Formats: sequence, C-alpha cells, structure tokens
Amino acid sequence: MKELSLHILDIVQNSLRAGASLVQIMVTIDTRQDFLRLKIEDNGCGMTEDFLQQVTDPFTTTRTTRKVGLGIPLLKEAAERTGGHFIIQSQVGVGTMVEANFVYRHIDCMPLGDMASTMMILIQGSPEVDFIYEYSFNERSFLLKTAELREILQHVPLDEPQVLKWIHDFVQENEGLVREGNVNENN
Amino acid sequence: MKTIEELKAIRENMSDTLAMRNNAEGSIRVVVGMATCGISAGARPVLQTLAQEINKRHLKNVKLVQTGCIGICRLEPIVEVYIGNEKTTYVKMTPEKALRVVNDHLVNRQVVTEFTIGAAE
Ligand SMILES: Nc1ncnc2c1ncn2[C@@H]1O[C@H](COP(=O)(O)OP(=O)(O)O)[C@@H](O)[C@H]1O
Ligand SMILES: [Mg+2]
Repeated sequence: MKELSLHILDIVQNSLRAGASLVQIMVTIDTRQDFLRLKIEDNGCGMTEDFLQQVTDPFTTTRTTRKVGLGIPLLKEAAERTGGHFIIQSQVGVGTMVEANFVYRHIDCMPLGDMASTMMILIQGSPEVDFIYEYSFNERSFLLKTAELREILQHVPLDEPQVLKWIHDFVQENEGLVREGNVNENN
Repeated sequence: MKTIEELKAIRENMSDTLAMRNNAEGSIRVVVGMATCGISAGARPVLQTLAQEINKRHLKNVKLVQTGCIGICRLEPIVEVYIGNEKTTYVKMTPEKALRVVNDHLVNRQVVTEFTIGAAE
C-alpha cells in the first residue's frame, strides 16, 4: 500500500465483512510526541482468542480464495517498520479493535493520504453502516458521523452521488483546517 | 467551505421520488473487487472514477457495488459488469480504462474486449 488511508480502507472491509453496524475510525497525529496512530473499532462478530493469535500471521484467513500479503499482517509490518507497534483486540459477539502506531517522522512512515476518498468509498459501499471518523492533529480535531448526516438528509440516502461528493469535500477541507490549526467551530 | 446548510439544500432539492429513483436497483451491475490485493493495486481510484462517471452520465440503471476478493490477485484491480445474464470481467483496471468501460460498455453496450480477462490471458 502507498498510503495509510488505503490500509484503513482495507482494515474496515474486515469490519464490514464481520457484520459491523458501527465502525469508528480514529487518526491521531501528534508532531510533538512524534507519533501517528490509526485506530479502527467495530461492533462486528469478533474473533476467538485462538484465532486472534493467528491473525497477525500472513497465512491465516477465513476466506477460501488464497493470496499472500493479507491486510492485518501488512499493516502490522508497516507500523513496526517505523519503530512503532501494533495492537489487536477482539471479543466474540462484541467487536474488534485494531490499533497501529507509527513513528511519524520515520522515513518509512507512509503519508496518511486521501482519507476523503476512503470515507467516500466506505459510505458508498455501506450506506446503512454508522461510520464515525475522527481526525486529530496535535490538540485540534474534527469529527464526521454518518448517523448525524442521515438525520439531516431524511429521505435522501447517504450514497446519493451529490451527498458522497459533499462528504468527500467536507473531510478534505476539515482535515486541512485542522492541520492549519484553524477549525471551523460551527461544525 | 462545505457546510451543513449545503447538505440541507441537497435534501430540499431532491424530492422523495427522485431520491428513490436514484437509489433503485439497476438492471446493470458493476462490481469492483475491494480486498487487500485490489486496494493495493489501485481499486480505490477505479471505483471513484466509475462512480463519478456513472453519475455524470445519469446512468440510473447502473448499480455500482463493492465486493471482497475476486480471487485473481495478479490481475487486480478487477471490475465485473453484469448485464442480463452476461458477465464481463475486466482486469488490471485504471481510471482511464474505467472511463472507456463506462462509455463503450455501459452506455453503448460494446464490450471493451482488449481490457477483458480473455485478452489478458
Ligand atoms: N474486524 C474483524 N472482525 C472479525 N474478524 C476479523 C476482523 N478483522 C479480521 N478478521 C478475521 O481475520 C482474518 C484475516 O484478516 P486479514 O488479515 O485482513 O485478511 P483477509 O481479510 O484477506 O482474510 C479475516 O479473514 C477474518 O476472519
Ligand atoms: Mg482483510
């Protein structure tokens, strides 16, 4: 993967396949403590303890089609390559939490990349799922909650193209504002 | 600057029936593989281009869906087009190829043979 936002897109596909109705995505960048943290939490089916042990091993999958370079081992490796660390916790019937910590200024730390496109595509594919996306940069942050958008939109579905475009631009603009330390307090 | 007011305007400008029509099951299904191999090979911009182009051309009968692994990693990104009981598998897709598929196949009903799995193998 070339961007962390692509890893996020991939990891969230696991949550969706696990039947999650709520997926929370958190990106936290702290330039002073020099870390970037991705955290993805879902309320999907979860995994047993035994299975969880194997999941960071690239030869584990419940899918029947085979391939190398599975999502979780790839993200773990990407984090560890920067001197960071990786945590996965899961409970059957409760959900799963994946956390990848990167050393932000390490040469191998990939750029976050296009989170606006990742969010837009997740919502396009699963408009019924509640997504929460939180982006923090030092002490500033912004939040996108699809449940709130759905309430505003009423009869208009979240996967309506004009709405998807709005979401894309909204995420892009707000990330920019948060990075510049200039949050739009009205949102 | 994107505001909540704009979102409300989208709602006001779209009647119930229009919203329903836009969301109707299409007679054409376009399926994009979004597993790890697909995503790392570039499925995200392919899907985005398909979505934009289908919208721009008002192709209301097209349903764009995402799926997991289609099973042929080295040929990703893969896009499948279903029209009636005819299935076409496009491989090694790019945003540029996606534009051609929308124009030639979805609009003009001409399979873009050179991008199909048959041509690749
Ligand atoms: N959020 C999740 N909830 C439940 N099961 C999960 C979750 N994430 C991963 N898994 C399980 O771990 C397996 C390995 O995941 P991953 O490394 O992404 O590879 P793949 O998705 O290609 O199988 C999945 O097939 C699934 O069984
Ligand atoms: Mg996966």
